[in-house]
Amino acid sequence: MAPGLLWLTVLMIVPCLLIFVLIFFERGTYGGIDWSVATLGNFTRAFDPLYLSILLDSARIALTATIIALLIDYPAAYAIMKAPERWQTSLLFLAILPFWTNYLIRTYAWIVLLNPVGVINNVLTYVGAISQPLPLLYNEFAVILGLVYNYTPFVILAIYSALQRLDPSYAEASRDLGATAVTTFFKITLPLTAAGVSAGAVFVFVLSIGNFITPDLLGGGKMQMIGNLIYDQFLTARDWPFGATLSGLLIALMMIALLMQAVASGRARGDHHA
Amino acid sequence: MKFKHIPAFIAGSAFALMASISAAQAEKLVIATWDGYTPKDMVEKFKAATGIDLELTMHATNEEIMGKVTASGGEGYDIIFVSSPFAEALKKLDMLAPIDHAKIPNFANLYPEASQLKHDPGNTYSVPYTWGTTGLCYRSDLVKAEPTSWNDLLKPSDELKGKITMLATDRWLMAAAFLADGLSVNTADQANLDKVRDQLVATKKDLLAYDDTTFYSKLVSGEATLVHAWDGWCNYGTAENAKIKYMIPKEGSDLWVDTLVIPKAAKNLDAAHKFIDFIFNAENGKWVVENIMYKVPNKAAMDSVDKAMLTSYPNIAIPPADLLKYEQLRDLGDGMKAFSKTVSEIMAAK
Amino acid sequence: MPRLLKAHLGVTFAFLYIPIAVLIVLSFNRAGMPTAWSGFSVEWYGKLASNPKILASAWNSVIVATISATIATVLGTLLALGVERARPSPARDALLFAPMIVPDIVLAIALLSFFTLLKFTLGLHSIILAHVVFNIAFVCAVVRARLKGFDWSLTEVSRDLGAGHFVTFRKITLPLILPSVIAAALLAFTLSIDEFIIAYFTAGAGQASTTLPMQIYSMIRFGVTPEINAMASIVMAISFALVLLAQRLNHGRIPGA
Repeated sequence: MAPGLLWLTVLMIVPCLLIFVLIFFERGTYGGIDWSVATLGNFTRAFDPLYLSILLDSARIALTATIIALLIDYPAAYAIMKAPERWQTSLLFLAILPFWTNYLIRTYAWIVLLNPVGVINNVLTYVGAISQPLPLLYNEFAVILGLVYNYTPFVILAIYSALQRLDPSYAEASRDLGATAVTTFFKITLPLTAAGVSAGAVFVFVLSIGNFITPDLLGGGKMQMIGNLIYDQFLTARDWPFGATLSGLLIALMMIALLMQAVASGRARGDHHA
Repeated sequence: MKFKHIPAFIAGSAFALMASISAAQAEKLVIATWDGYTPKDMVEKFKAATGIDLELTMHATNEEIMGKVTASGGEGYDIIFVSSPFAEALKKLDMLAPIDHAKIPNFANLYPEASQLKHDPGNTYSVPYTWGTTGLCYRSDLVKAEPTSWNDLLKPSDELKGKITMLATDRWLMAAAFLADGLSVNTADQANLDKVRDQLVATKKDLLAYDDTTFYSKLVSGEATLVHAWDGWCNYGTAENAKIKYMIPKEGSDLWVDTLVIPKAAKNLDAAHKFIDFIFNAENGKWVVENIMYKVPNKAAMDSVDKAMLTSYPNIAIPPADLLKYEQLRDLGDGMKAFSKTVSEIMAAK
Repeated sequence: MPRLLKAHLGVTFAFLYIPIAVLIVLSFNRAGMPTAWSGFSVEWYGKLASNPKILASAWNSVIVATISATIATVLGTLLALGVERARPSPARDALLFAPMIVPDIVLAIALLSFFTLLKFTLGLHSIILAHVVFNIAFVCAVVRARLKGFDWSLTEVSRDLGAGHFVTFRKITLPLILPSVIAAALLAFTLSIDEFIIAYFTAGAGQASTTLPMQIYSMIRFGVTPEINAMASIVMAISFALVLLAQRLNHGRIPGA
C-alpha cells in the first residue's frame, strides 16, 4: 500500500499544496515567480468581478451541459435497462465505447460537422433547408454540445448502474397499488436512482468546469472558461502565481460540488432505508 | 527477493529505464522552431556542411515555447525561434547568451536595417530571421469594398459580420485596436486599455473566431472574407486563390520580427553560432521567401528571389526602410498585468 | 412509452456514432478538403505512415503508456489489496478518489510548478511520473471493485497451511484477481495514451518528448486536413480493440464500470 500512497502524496498532494503556496507571491516583472515578497494581492485580484464572472460563467456552462447530459442520458440508460437481458451488455458496451477513444479526436469530429462549410451545413444547404450556413461552430452552443457529447457515455454508465441495482419489486408494488407508470417513475424509480444520477452529474460538472480543450477548439477562442484562463495566465501572461490562485479557486468550487453530491447521495441512501 | 521489495524493484528499474530514455537523446543541437518554418532538407544540409546533427522541436505558439523555456531555465535547447517581444523578455530574465558576431561571417548578408531593430540594436542577443507587417487579408471577390482602414475590420459592415477573424495572440489582437486609434502598440495605460477593450468587445460579436493559425484557409474555403493577418500567412491564401489579397491599413501596422536566440544554458555555443551563420546564407534565406513567403532581413537572399514572386505577392517587396517606420511590439514588463486583465475582459465578454 | 424510449436510444446512439462515422468516411476521401466527398482513396493513410513526426510521437506515447501503466498496475493493485483489508479511512479514500476528479489543467500546472521548483529536467520521464498519478487511482478503483466480493478466508487457509505471503499472493490472490488486474492495466494504458494536457505541461524539450495527443492537438490547431481523419480512424480502431479485449478479460464488464 505504501509505495502507491507515497506516489500520490509526492506527485499530487505536494504539488497541489505548492499551488496554494504560490498564491502568496507575485509575478516577476518579466514572468515567473518573484519569491522576495509575500502578498495577498492575488486574492483580491481573483475576487475581482471579472474573474468571478468567468468562474461563474464556467459553472453555468458546466451546469447547462450537465442538465442536458442528464436529460439525454437518463432515458437512454433507462431504455438499455428495459431492453431484453441478453442485449443489455452489448448496448451498454456500445454506449460507453466512444469514451475510450481520444478526447481531442472526438472534439475535432465536431469541427468537421459544425463548421460553416462543414457536413451539417452542406447537407442542409443541399436539401434546401437553408440558404446561408448556420453559425454552429465557435460559440457557446458548440462548446456545450462538445461537453455533452464527450461525457454522455459515462453518464449513461453511471445511471445504468444505479438502475440495475434498483429492486424491481418497488416499482411493481407501486403499480399494484394503482399508480401509473409515469407516477411510479417519478415517485419511485427516479428518487431511488438519485445517487447514480448525482455521481454522473458531478462527473460531467467537474470535468466540464475545468475543461480546456473543448472551449479552445470549439469556442474559436471566443469562449473563455476558467480552464482557459488558467492556461493563459501560465503561458500567455506568464503570471504563475495568479494562475495558481485561479486554480485554487477552481479546486474550492469543485470541493463544494463534491460536498453537495455527498450530501445528496447520503440523503438518497437515507430515503432508501426509510 | 522478498515480496515487499518487488514494487520498489519495479519502480527502480522503471526509473533507470526512464533515465536512459531521456539521456539517449542529448547529443545534438536542439532547435525549437515553428513547424515548417525552416528548409525541409536543412537537417541533412547542415550535417553535410558542419557534421553536426540537428534535432528540430516544434512549438505552435510563442507562449508555448516561453512556458517550456521558463520552466526549464532554457535547458535542453540550443537555438530558439521566438518573436521579438518574447526574445526581449527572455533577455530580461537573463536567460540568453550574447551573440558573437565574429563567429557569424554571414552577418554581411543582412540589410543594415536588420541591426537597427528597437528591441535589440546591434543584435546583441537576438538575430532576425524573418520580418513583416500585420494587416488585413481578404477575398477581393467576396467583399463589396476593398478595405482601407483597421475600422473596416473592427466595425465591420453588415455583409462582413460573422465572416471576419482576428488574431488570437493577445498582443496582436490589441495592436489592431491601438493602431485604429492612433495609439502606440506598446501602451499599457489604463485609459487606453479601456478604450480599446470597449472596441474589441463590440467587435467580438461580429467575429467568426479568433484565429492565428488557420485564418487563411478560412478565406480559401469562404468561411471568412476579411481576416486580421500577418503578411506572410496571407500569402499562403493567395497561393491557393489569387483573389486573396493583403493590405496595410492607412493607420499603419506593427513591425513583427521573428528572431533566433541562444539560451545561456545551451550545451554547445559554437555549434549554435554555426547554425545561425548557416541560416544566414543566401540559399536558406531564399528558401524561406519562396516557401514560407515571408520577407527575410537577408539582402543577399532577397536579391536572389525570383522577381515573379514580388508581383504575385506584393507584400514581399516592401523595402526594409518602410518596415522600420512601423513600431515593434515590445515586452510590457509590469504593464503586462493590466494588459492581460484587459485581454481577459475581452475574452470573457459575450 | 417503450417505443418512444427505443427511439430515444436510437437517437442517442446516432448522436454518439455519427461524428465518428463521418471522420472514418472522410479519411478515405481523395480531396485535400476534408468536408466534401470527391472519391475513394487511401492516400492519407499512406501519408500518415510516411510522416516521421507522427510515427515518432506515436512511439513516444506507447513508451509513456506502457511504463506508466506497468508502474500504476503494480502500485495500484497492491494499494487495492491493502486498502480492502485495512480499516476504512475516509481520508485515504479521498486521496484515492482525488486524481480522478482534479481538473487536468490544475494537476498539470501543479506538476509543472513542482518540477520547475525542484529544477527537475523535463522529458518523457516526467510525463510518465505524472501519468502514474491518475493511473494508480483508476487501477486501484478497478481492482477494488473486484475485491469487494473476495473471500479473504482463502488466503488465511493458505497461510495456515504454511505458505508465505508471496506464495499465497502468487497461488491464491493473484489468479483470482488477475482478470481485473489485466483490465485495469489496459484501462491505464488507454488513459495514458489519450491524455493531452498533463503531458503538454510536463513534457520536456523537443520532439523526443512529444506524445501523439500533443501532435494531434497541433495538427488540429494548424488546420483541418484529411491526414487527421486518417489518424483519428486508426487511433479509434486501436482503442476500440483494447477496450474490447479489456471487456472480455473482465468477464463482460467494462473496466471502470
